[in-house]
Amino acid sequence: MEQAVEHAHAGASTKIFLYVWFWLLGLTGVEVWLAYEHLAVKVMLTLLMSISVIKASLIIAYFMHLRYERRSLALTLMPALVFVVAMIMIFFFPDSLRLLHMRPR
Amino acid sequence: MATHELTGTPGAALDAAVARESAWSGGGSPYAIGSKKLGMWLFIISDAITFSALLIAYSYVRVASNDWPMPFHFWPSIIKTTVMTFVLLTSSVTMVMAVHAGKLERRATAAKWIAATMLGGLTFIVLHALEWRDLIHEGVRLFQSPWGTPLFGAAFFTLTGLHMTHVAIGVVYLGTVATLFARGRLSSEDVEVSGLYWHFVDLVWMFIFPLVYLLSVRMS
Repeated sequence: MEQAVEHAHAGASTKIFLYVWFWLLGLTGVEVWLAYEHLAVKVMLTLLMSISVIKASLIIAYFMHLRYERRSLALTLMPALVFVVAMIMIFFFPDSLRLLHMRPR
Repeated sequence: MATHELTGTPGAALDAAVARESAWSGGGSPYAIGSKKLGMWLFIISDAITFSALLIAYSYVRVASNDWPMPFHFWPSIIKTTVMTFVLLTSSVTMVMAVHAGKLERRATAAKWIAATMLGGLTFIVLHALEWRDLIHEGVRLFQSPWGTPLFGAAFFTLTGLHMTHVAIGVVYLGTVATLFARGRLSSEDVEVSGLYWHFVDLVWMFIFPLVYLLSVRMS
């Protein structure tokens, strides 16, 4: 019974993996297209990074199998990463704008 | 729970046993995965923090510079890096197939899929080395750039160099795993763990490609 379930799951997975692969390629195409649109840098950065986060989530969830693991694993790992990245962004990154304005013109 | 244990009834003893096995009470395997896989996940998170810091550092020096170059032409740079992205994403799919074959104990098939993944990794390295060569020919060095701030060279080579090092290490790692798994000296869990590393390398490139290349395309 357990083996049958495992086989069924593995069969469905191969199909899902290819589906995810097509999505990842499609999103990459959208990113390249966006790069040649004349958008403001902030808008471009927001769009490209949002698409990259979606792509990363697809890779983590399906290729790295985190979606099928026990939820406690994701709840242990992901907050640590998000917290550190948020701390760097909040406390260090704004300083780059200060430096830009301090440069002699 | 402790109160039940004190009562000494058979039901209470069973409750205590269940509590000890519970994931949230520090049971034997709280995440229901092997120690190797958990170890790789912890490494990946720490490495993700390293790459995040580097990506933010790249953005930091870019924002803080008023003469950041836009050196990447559609041909060859953007075409080449788009092909590299395609190759890396495809190598992730071949790695998934290797893990699947490994779980079914089809050792020779798994080794072949890993070899296909390694081929993807090697193609990526060759294309990236060509990209580096073109930039070096144009005069970009670690602390020197022909188009504005010299910080571009330092930020670009550090970020892409660390990623390329990860890809190169991944190819050697996968080669070792494929050989030992085909000989029956490793388990399917080892293939899965090496797959986690490879997908992570793929994932990091999903941020480097837009941030470094697509945000610095030369429009003309």
